[in-house]
Formats: sequence, C-alpha cells, structure tokens
Amino acid sequence: MPSTIETMQESNIKVESISANVPIIEIDKLNVYSKGSHLLKNISTVIPKNKITVLLGPSGCGKTTLLKCLNRLTDLYPELKVKGSIRIDGEDIFDSGKDITTIRQKMGLLLQRPYPLPMSIYENIAYGLKLKGVRNKKIISEKVEKHLREVALWDEVKDRLKTSAQRLSIGQQQRLCLARGLAVEPEIILADEPSSALDPISSRVIEEEFIKLKSDYTIILVTHILRQAKRLADNVIFMYYGEIVESGPAEQIFENPQSEILKEYLKVGH
Amino acid sequence: MTFRRKYEEKFFRGLSFLFTAIIVFVLVQIIWTIAKKGVPSLSWQIVSQEPKGGYYFGKEGGILNAIAGSFYLAVSATVLAFVISLPVALFMNIYLIKYQRLLIGIRFFLDVLWGVPSIVYGAFGFTLLMYLGYRNSLGAGVVTVAAMITPIMIRAMDEVLKTIPIGLQEASYALGSTKTETAYKIFFREALPGFATAILLAFGRGIGDAASVLFTAGYTDYVPRSFSEPTATLPLAIFFQLSSPIEEVQNRAYAAAVILTLIVLVLSISARMLKPKK
Ligand SMILES: Nc1ncnc2c1ncn2[C@@H]1O[C@H](COP(=O)(O)OP(=O)(O)O)[C@@H](O)[C@H]1O
Ligand SMILES: [Mg+2]
Repeated sequence: MPSTIETMQESNIKVESISANVPIIEIDKLNVYSKGSHLLKNISTVIPKNKITVLLGPSGCGKTTLLKCLNRLTDLYPELKVKGSIRIDGEDIFDSGKDITTIRQKMGLLLQRPYPLPMSIYENIAYGLKLKGVRNKKIISEKVEKHLREVALWDEVKDRLKTSAQRLSIGQQQRLCLARGLAVEPEIILADEPSSALDPISSRVIEEEFIKLKSDYTIILVTHILRQAKRLADNVIFMYYGEIVESGPAEQIFENPQSEILKEYLKVGH
Repeated sequence: MTFRRKYEEKFFRGLSFLFTAIIVFVLVQIIWTIAKKGVPSLSWQIVSQEPKGGYYFGKEGGILNAIAGSFYLAVSATVLAFVISLPVALFMNIYLIKYQRLLIGIRFFLDVLWGVPSIVYGAFGFTLLMYLGYRNSLGAGVVTVAAMITPIMIRAMDEVLKTIPIGLQEASYALGSTKTETAYKIFFREALPGFATAILLAFGRGIGDAASVLFTAGYTDYVPRSFSEPTATLPLAIFFQLSSPIEEVQNRAYAAAVILTLIVLVLSISARMLKPKK
C-alpha cells in the first residue's frame, strides 16, 4: 500500500524538521514583579536545542532577570514575584514537587564576573561532581582534566591545581567557572554578559568556546554588545523595557528588523 | 573663608586635639602604673608556680593557678561559643536572608545582649548553678563566659558573612548545592579568615572579664584538673590579691595585671592584622 509508505515518509520528514529545532525551554506568559514595578511583561517564547540564543537589549531591560528565572535563582530575591510557567525538557520548573537542585544542574551558569569557589582549582571543578554523587577519585581527576582542557585552561594551571582558584587572573577565573559548570554535565549554558569584565583575549577564548560547545549544549547568552551577538547568535530575542519586542533567526533580526526600536538599536549599536 | 569660619575651624580642631591628648594621657598613665608596679614583680617564679600558703596571705609562689585557669576557661568558653555561633550566623545569612525585617530584629537583639554588663551574666550563671545544685567550678565559669561572648561572636561572624557577594551564592546554587551545602562548604570557607578575627575578639573579651566568673568559677590556689573543680582566673587574681595587706601578695596582683594586659593587647593587635584586606 503506497499510501502508508507515503505517510510514513511524510511523518519522517516532519520529525526531522522538528528535531532540528526542538524546543528545550518553553516560556509561557512569564511575569516578574518587584515591589512597585513590572520587570518582565508577559514573556512567551521557546528556546531551541543546540543553538546559541542571544538575549539582546539595552541595560536594564530585564535580560538578567529573565536568565535568573530559568534556574530559579529568583528564589534568592524575596522581593521578586514570579508568575507564569517555564518548562525545561517538558518539566515545569516551578512545580513544587520537583527537586530544584537537579533542575539547576541541568544548567551551567556564567555570571558577569567570575565567582570562583573559595577552594583550589581542582576542587572548584570536583565540587559539582561530588554534589552529583561522584566519589571515585580517578573519575574526578579525569573530568577535571577534560573540562580544563575544554576551556583551554589545562596547560596554564596543570602544575598548580591545588592552589587557590581565587589567585587566578579574572580571565582564567571566568574560564574556570565555565569548566566548573560543564563538569556537572548540563544541557544548557546560561551566560550573563560573560565577557564584560574580561580582557579581549579571554573574551575571545570564551566566544570560541561557545561556538565549539554549541553542538553539545544549548546556550543562552545575554549580551548588550551587538558585534558579539552578530558573531555568535543563531537566534536572537530582542528585549526592551521588560518585553520581547522581536525574536527570530539571527539573519532575520539583523538584516530585516521589523520594529522601529530594534532598527534604532541596530543603528546606534556597535 | 570668613573670619568666623576660620575661628570655628581652629576652635574645633583645638577641642579635638585636647580630648585626644587627654585620652592618650590617661591610657599611658594606666599602662605606666601597671608596668611600674607589675614589671619588677614579674619573674619565672610568678608565672610558673602556684601560690604557697594561700593566695591571700602566702608571700611565696606565683599566679600559675590564675594563668592556667584563665586559659582553660577562655579557650573552652570560646570553643563552646564557636560551636553555637557558627550555625546561628550561617542560618541568619542563608535561611533568614529572605526575612530582612526579622534579621534586623535579631541583630538588634544580639547587639543589646552584647551591651549587657557581664555581672548580669554572672548573676544568671549563679542562679542557674544554684538551681541545678552545682558548686562554683571551671565548667560553670565556661558556660557563663560562653553565654556572654556568644552574642559577640555571632554578630562578628554575621558581619563577615554579610560581605560575601550574592554572586558567590548564585554560583553555588547554580551548581546544584542545597542551602546547607552552600552554608558549610562555601560560606564557611569564604568567611574563615574573617572568623579568625571574630574568635580572637570573643576570646579577648572572655579572658579579661571578672564579673562573669566572680560568682561562677570560684577561686583556688591550684590549677584545676577537671571542669567540676573551681578555678582561679587572672581578673580575679588581681581583684582578690590587690586587697591583701601584704606587699608581696599585692605585687602578684600587679604581675597578673601586666600579663592580662599583654594578652589582651596581643589579641587585639593580631585580630586587627588578620582583618581581610579589601
Ligand atoms: N532583585 C530586584 N529587585 C528589584 N528590582 C530589580 C531586581 N533585579 C533587577 N531589578 C530591576 O529590573 C530591571 C531589569 O534588570 P536586569 O534584569 O538586571 O536588566 P539587564 O540585565 O537587562 O541589564 C532593572 O530596572 C532593575 O533595576
Ligand atoms: Mg544584566
């Protein structure tokens, strides 16, 4: 029966075209309020797997807040009220029955400034592994080396793994923080202007790293540097005053912006 | 500048200088008096022997009973206070951070406790002792002094923990730490250098205080061998021996004063030097 074969072929094609853009994060009607102000307004969007999605927008538009919603770091700020839903791999992260620590381990976080843990370089990476229950010293050592190599830090620190991570340069610390996040084997990397405190060489290393990591991880990058966004983005979400103004594939956003605000932003940005 | 403002400036600068000079003068006088009377009586015998023939009448012997007693007491009380203060300070900065109002209340309460005169702690310790039917002892002194220095230690640790950047906390949670792990694995290590200052501060207050041990620790000629025995302490060694009519005994009091002053001085200087450089 040719008709069934046809439908099978059709559905195969469909499955493929979907899997190229599988949403890993679905945000639905997300609102964040703090005392008098409405910080995020009705954010609904999906973030596809194994792509770099850039959150773009001027300072204060809510990029960091949106990023912190994704791994519920908003819990740390009692003044923030979060409404709406965020699903990661289909699971609602605000579901009170879910263990927040396992949800958070799905995501590696890079902040504007590196915050190495107050321990040695080695322990900084081993820390997350131990939380996951890895006890075998050999496995831990292998992972430490693997992830330090991954961020091009191994050769610089291999002779002083036992020294305090806080003595590294800022650029090295940021790469260590990336390695530390990768060691817990997340699916997603959340990066909040990760190169804003770095020298040009370290920020180039981080950028190159992101391009390499893209095949294995979903990356959400906050930036207000337009050139960085153009170099890295597959998809762009442009925000302004707590709202998503426009979002879509990078070419479309950069080559064919629709809204006046985005056109203006692209003109004055650099 | 008008004439008036110039005059004003001169007047207030003069005033500040005057009072500073008075303070320095008084301080130097105190140290000088203690040193003049105490330093000549310092000897190996004074620091290495227990008093002979009773601390009040005996002309021979030293104040080893008080030196050792004070150290036992202050060290034990500091350890006990630390064991209590650490979880409280961490609890305040990890779990209660959401309840800023409550935190302000707790900090205020602790600051009030800090200001309560130590004789009140002494009276409290004494009442507790009577109630439980124990006698004056090193153990009772330890508990009383620990109660007195615990608020100091909690607040000192709290001030250190308050300075830890929120970013470090976010980094810890992002890696999947629970609150307890964040407290004891991250905050504790980050704050450790600052905690050293808190410990020295509390120790210094504990070793120098007379009123809290007056009713609780007792006094004896011997170095205590257990927590249930009474113990001499340096502040009380000064207090009791100074009132003796015998000059040799009085000199022992001055020697005790010199030693106590030196200990407190060394402690506060090291506490200052340990302060994390920011
Ligand atoms: N914890 C908070 N409480 C109150 N207001 C906040 C808090 N965090 C951020 N905001 C406010 O939310 C807005 C968006 O901030 P943010 O997300 O940091 O912007 P961006 O990262 O795009 O620069 C700002 O106006 C900021 O002042
Ligand atoms: Mg930001």
